[in-house]
Amino acid sequence: MEHGGSRLSGRGLTLSYERRTIAEDLTVAIPGRSFTVVVGPNACGKSTLLRALSRTLKPASGSVLLDGQDIAALPAKQVARTLGLLPQSSIAPDGITVAELVSRGRYPHQKLLRQWSPDDERVVAGSMAATGVADLADRMVDELSGGQRQRVWIAMALAQETPLLLLDEPTTYLDIAHQIEILDLCARLHEEEGRTLVAVLHDLNHAARYATHLIAMRDGRVVAEGAPGDIVTADLVEEVFRLPCRVIDDPETGTPLVVPADRRRASVTAHAGGKA
Amino acid sequence: MSAVRSSVIRFGAGRSVRFRPRALAVSAGCALLALVLGVFAVGSGEFTIGPADVVRTLLGDGDPAQDFIVNELRLPRVATALLVGAALALAGALFQSLVRNPLGSPDVLGFTQGAAVGALAVVVMGGSSLALAAGAVTGGLVTGVAVYLLAWRHGVHGQRLVLVGIGTAAILTGVNGYLLTRGQLMDAARAVLWLTGSLDGRGWKDVLPLLVAMAVLVPVVLLGCGRALRVVEMGDDVASGLGIRVERLRLVLLAAAVLLASFAAAAAGPVNFVALTAPQLAKRLTKAPGPNLLPSMCVGAAMLVGADLAAQRVFPGHQLPVGVVTGVLGGGYLVWLLAAERRAGRI
Repeated sequence: MEHGGSRLSGRGLTLSYERRTIAEDLTVAIPGRSFTVVVGPNACGKSTLLRALSRTLKPASGSVLLDGQDIAALPAKQVARTLGLLPQSSIAPDGITVAELVSRGRYPHQKLLRQWSPDDERVVAGSMAATGVADLADRMVDELSGGQRQRVWIAMALAQETPLLLLDEPTTYLDIAHQIEILDLCARLHEEEGRTLVAVLHDLNHAARYATHLIAMRDGRVVAEGAPGDIVTADLVEEVFRLPCRVIDDPETGTPLVVPADRRRASVTAHAGGKA
Repeated sequence: MSAVRSSVIRFGAGRSVRFRPRALAVSAGCALLALVLGVFAVGSGEFTIGPADVVRTLLGDGDPAQDFIVNELRLPRVATALLVGAALALAGALFQSLVRNPLGSPDVLGFTQGAAVGALAVVVMGGSSLALAAGAVTGGLVTGVAVYLLAWRHGVHGQRLVLVGIGTAAILTGVNGYLLTRGQLMDAARAVLWLTGSLDGRGWKDVLPLLVAMAVLVPVVLLGCGRALRVVEMGDDVASGLGIRVERLRLVLLAAAVLLASFAAAAAGPVNFVALTAPQLAKRLTKAPGPNLLPSMCVGAAMLVGADLAAQRVFPGHQLPVGVVTGVLGGGYLVWLLAAERRAGRI
C-alpha cells in the first residue's frame, strides 16, 4: 500500500471557500494507526484540510483517497462507517440526554427497519464507558460542564465505531485540566483500541507530547511532517508561527517543549535605554 | 429514577424499530382528540345530529337524509380541517427543524404569502377551484425557489433563510394587496375570505388535491427522511460526518414543506399560525428533542378542527372564518415566543 500503510490521504488538493483559496496542490498522507496532529497558525488551513479529509468540504480539485478509493465516489454511509468526524460546529439539540446524543452516532449503522440492534446498545454503552460519561447517561447535555460535554461528543464519535477518527480542535474552550483529560483519552483510544486519530490542536506543546506524527502547516502548505522529536526545532517554530523560541526537553515526557523567547524584556530594556 | 425514554421492538431477521412511548402516546391522544372533535363538528350546525348517529352514518349505516348532510355537506369540511391542520403542522415542523429556529414556519418565511399570490391571481382572473389549487402551488413553489436561491450561500443557513423569508413575505403581502385592488368587487370579496383562511363550503373536490399530495409526501418525509433530519439538528458537519448528504436532504425537505404548505393553502386559504404553533406545542407535550414530525401532525389536525368548531360556535348565529381563530390564538403565541426568545438572549 502507498504511503507506508496510509488509509487516508489527500492528493493535489485545492481547497477554497467561495472565491477565497485556502490551499493549493496540497498533498498529505495520514500514516496508518498513527495519532496524527495538525498544527499551524490561525487560518493556515488545518481545519479546512480536516474538513476535506472527512468529505465535509468538497475540494475544488484533487482527490481524497480512503483505502485507495476516491472518497467522493463512495456511498456516504459507507464512508461514515470507516471515518468519523468530530467537528467544532456541533449543536446539542434542546432537551437531549447524554445517552440519546451518543446513540445518534450509530446512524450510519442503522436502517429504516434496523433502528436499534443489540450491537447498537453494546457499542453505545461501551463508548460512554470509555469516555467516562456512563454515569451521566440520563442527564441533559445542556446541563453539563464544558469538559463533560466534549467527552459526550467524543463518545458519540466513538459510537460511530470507525477505525479512523478526525477531531477538529477537541480541546478548544476547555481549561488545562480538561484539555489534558481529553488528550489522555485520545491517546488511550489510539494505543488501546488501535484507532487512527487525526486531530487539529492549537497548543504546540500538547501536540508534541501526544502526537506520533506531526504535520506543521502554514499558508495552506505542509512545512514539515514527522515524529515530533524529529521535526520540532526552534527554526521550524519560527518558520511556521513567526515566533522566536527555545525548544527544550519536556521534563515529564522527554518530548520537545517550546518556550517562547521573552521579547517583552528586550523591548522594555530598549525603551529604558532611550529615555536615559 | 429516569423514565423510559425510548423502547425497541424487535422482530425476526435482525429488524427493529425504536420509538418513544411518550411521543407515541401524544400522537395517539391528539389523533383521537382530532377525531372526536371531528365527530362533534360533523354533528353541529343548523340541523344537529348526535355523535352516535354521526358515527353510525360515517360507517355507512345512517338514514338517507343524515347520510347526505354528513357525507356530502359536512364531512368534506371536517376532512379539509384535519388534513390542512396536519399538513401545515408537518410543514412547520420541517421548517423549524431545518432552520433550527422556532420562527421557521411557512407563514413567517413567505411561502404562504407566495401561495396566496398564485391563488389570488387565479381568483382575480376567475378560475376554477382546481386552477386555484394549481395557482397556489405554483406561487408557493416559485417563492420557495426564490427564497432558497437568495438565501443560498454555500449551503442554506437558518438565520439567513429566516431573514430572507421575512423580507419576501412582506413584499408578497404588498403584491396581494395590489391584486385585491385589481379584482372585481365580487371576486375581491371572495378573495378576502379566502385570504383569511376559511373552511366554508368545502367540497370533496377541494380535499382531493391535498389528499393526493399528502399521500405521496408524508411517507417520503416521515419514513424516508425523519431519522436523518434528527441527526441534521446536531449541525451540518456532524450530520455529514455521520453519512448524510446534508444539502440534498435539505433541498428535498424544503421542497416537501413548501408543497405541503401550498396544497394546504389551496384547500383552505392561508390559515395562519398553525404551522408555527403546532410543532412547538407537540414538542412541549412529548418532551422529546428532534423534529417531532408525527406528534406535530396530530396536534395540528386537532388544533384546526378545534379552531373550526370554535369559529362556528363562539358567536351563535354568526360564523367566523377559522383563520380568525387561529390568527388570534397564534398571534398571542407569537408575541409570547418572541418575548421568551428575547429573554433567552436568542434574538
